[in-house]
Amino acid sequence: MTTTAGPPGAQPPAVPEAQRTAAPQGEPAGGRVRRLLRAVPPIWLVLAAVIFLIAWRNPTFVEPAPFLAFLRRCAPLAVLAAGQVFVIIAGEFDLSVGALVTAVVVVAARLSDGDAAHTWWLIPLLLAAGALVGLVNGLVTTRLRVPSFIATLGMLLVLGGAVFLWSGGAPRGSLADNFRQFGRFGVELPGLGQLPYAVLILLAVGVALWLLLSHSRFGHQVYAAGGNPRAAALSGVDVRRVRTAAFVISGLSAVVAGILLGGFTGVTAEAGAGYEFQAIAAVVLGGAVLGGGRGSVGASVAGALTLQSVFTLLNLLGLAKSLRDAVQGLIIIGAAAYAAHRLRRSG
Amino acid sequence: MTADPRPPDPVVLGMHGISKRFFGVTVLDDVRLECRAGEIHAVMGENGAGKSTLMKILVGVHQPDAGRIELNGAPVRFHHPRQALAAGVSIVHQELNLLPQRTVAENIFLGREPRRRFGVDRAAMDQAATRLLAALGAEDVISPRSLVGRLPVARQQLVEIAKALSFDPRVLVLDEPTAALSPHEVAALFDRIRRLRADGLTVLYISHRLREVFDLTDRITVLKDGRRVDTVETSEVDTRRLVHLMVGRELDHYYPPRAAPERIGPVRLAVRSAGAGLLHDVDLDLRAGEIVGLAGLAGSGRTELARLLFGATRMTAGRLTIDGRASRLRSPRHAIRRGIGLLTEDRKSEGLVLQRSVRDNTLLAARSLGRGAARRVALADLLGRVRLRGGADREVRYLSGGNQQKVVLARWLATGARVLIFDEPTRGIDVGAKASIHELMRELADAGAAILMISSELPEVIGMADRIVVLRQGTVAGELPAGATEAEIMLLATGEPDRAGAAAGASREGGTA
Repeated sequence: MTTTAGPPGAQPPAVPEAQRTAAPQGEPAGGRVRRLLRAVPPIWLVLAAVIFLIAWRNPTFVEPAPFLAFLRRCAPLAVLAAGQVFVIIAGEFDLSVGALVTAVVVVAARLSDGDAAHTWWLIPLLLAAGALVGLVNGLVTTRLRVPSFIATLGMLLVLGGAVFLWSGGAPRGSLADNFRQFGRFGVELPGLGQLPYAVLILLAVGVALWLLLSHSRFGHQVYAAGGNPRAAALSGVDVRRVRTAAFVISGLSAVVAGILLGGFTGVTAEAGAGYEFQAIAAVVLGGAVLGGGRGSVGASVAGALTLQSVFTLLNLLGLAKSLRDAVQGLIIIGAAAYAAHRLRRSG
Repeated sequence: MTADPRPPDPVVLGMHGISKRFFGVTVLDDVRLECRAGEIHAVMGENGAGKSTLMKILVGVHQPDAGRIELNGAPVRFHHPRQALAAGVSIVHQELNLLPQRTVAENIFLGREPRRRFGVDRAAMDQAATRLLAALGAEDVISPRSLVGRLPVARQQLVEIAKALSFDPRVLVLDEPTAALSPHEVAALFDRIRRLRADGLTVLYISHRLREVFDLTDRITVLKDGRRVDTVETSEVDTRRLVHLMVGRELDHYYPPRAAPERIGPVRLAVRSAGAGLLHDVDLDLRAGEIVGLAGLAGSGRTELARLLFGATRMTAGRLTIDGRASRLRSPRHAIRRGIGLLTEDRKSEGLVLQRSVRDNTLLAARSLGRGAARRVALADLLGRVRLRGGADREVRYLSGGNQQKVVLARWLATGARVLIFDEPTRGIDVGAKASIHELMRELADAGAAILMISSELPEVIGMADRIVVLRQGTVAGELPAGATEAEIMLLATGEPDRAGAAAGASREGGTA
């Protein structure tokens, strides 16, 4: 959650320039508060509102232990969103992450078969495999010029098929406890219960990716490559390399998400199903524009938390789980329409 | 000019008290515009003066907050461009709005295709398109069956105009129609517009180019900061007066002084027998301290040459040297490392990342160069050098054309570029900002940069260049010293002495035959 301190430059302005500068001096305090609120990406306000609604129905939700457990449940999606946003800002899609999450869980279970001694080499191997998947996505998109929507959809099918073939449809083996600890256990805090490792990992990954996107030369080139690839290329940006790197980051984040998810999910061929759309939904909720050029890590993490808390709220209201997908679809459409509306107003 | 026997033509179009605000900012304030039947009426003003907004209100893209519009004396209200078209008001926008994957005829008759019993009557559609193109004198160069995306921009523009004419309008709005046309094509277009006027069509002509406005129009309405300054008879004003109306001050020195010969240094960038695509056997030297003007008709290879010198197109023949050392530019990235910078013709689609800040756009190239390159430059210093005021956190899409160009220029100062290629540096930029871009170019040259300036505006080439290189059909047709006349340039550019001389209205009788 420290990623709240998103960089001002990475956020779309909440109000058009003219309006902002036109704010009179010595305005009443109410106006100042309103302007402060406008400077915050709206997704944080939505998140606060949803959490407030949940707490209203179920006050225990905001007590430390249940809330930390909620954050732990959010962590895989939040990490995925933080990686996906690189690809989206660069002007592409990565639909392969859900299948990659599944592959991580199934492959880890099969290779280690519950033996804790294997974990130390298994994790680097999985990360390398994730980077390779991202690299292939990136090269197919940028060198073979296959639209990323198609390239990563193909990768989703290839990974899904490979996992099915390799496991014979019924994944075997199990995950070692020291592998599952990342998504399952945490540090004991006196009086507050357990601070999950997953939350700490989310924090670390979030901060690292935020620094990379908003405070590095590479990050600026990601925005440029998505915002106007021709201008970026004519300014010396190696657009193909930047986009490929974004896919690698997304692949790595999917591996981390898979490891976290492995802590509290079963070893099944559906472990990561649907995560690709949830990750894109989270990024769009965070104000990123499909087509590239806009978005931020902080707001994408907030988008993931919001999506997850909306699911929690629906659960609390007793709505069927099958409604989840429909609601998710409506949220994506609504968020994209809102973003388009805001862009039009300020353009 | 003195006593006109005819009574003044009736007012066809009247816009009265038009006001418009966007987000609390007044864009138009009580603007009046009256056009008579069969007149060519210019609307002039600096960028941001409100010309485009006024035209968008006229054709129903925007709704006015106050005021009324009358067509032939009857009040009208357009809520959609379709209603304006039906009432006889057509517009050709500054940006092209064509479908590149469809043919010329399909674009012209989009949504109104002539039908047979089953489906579209292609033959009839092609014929009608040919007739419209013939009216523009373009039937030989544009086939109704060509894909629009394959046509050069200048011809796409003609297709747009043919499309506007296909609605048989009574009022035709042309928003900067000549931006992409060569002088040749401009002359042909003007002939056609004059013929339309003779048929009683009213033409509203939006342009930055003073000369065109004087050549073509009958009356001029000048806007400034959203207000109407004045409406004048074109024959009764001169350049100075018009510029004064537009910017509120006289521009004494339109162009900065040229380089003194002793300040021109060694050759920085040179090509010999260079070729790629339509370019062949190009020889060119760019020297430190010198501004070379590159002229040529549209399609002569000017932009292609710029891209070749910047590594955006691979050179397939010939040699290139930078500071005397042979070099092969494999990519823009490589060219930037060697100290070359390109200011593209189209700032919005090729120059800027519009939704990013002034800061990010300025540092874009330096950051892509590598470690440290971006650290060494002080942003405030760069923006000061190009005299860009205001915050560095503004998104560049909110800046005027002139200020956007300054951002691109600052980008190349940040990389320490010593060879600068300006492709149409002042296209779409208002008069005041134009002069300051020109001054900056001269300052850069004086500081030792080698500058190549491509321009379709001959007065700009003549006013700025220390040496003029003319391209024709992909190769250098000749070179002229500073102070050459438009006729001399046109002569080299067209390779047709007689027609060129006539087109440029030159008085060099007997000198060439």
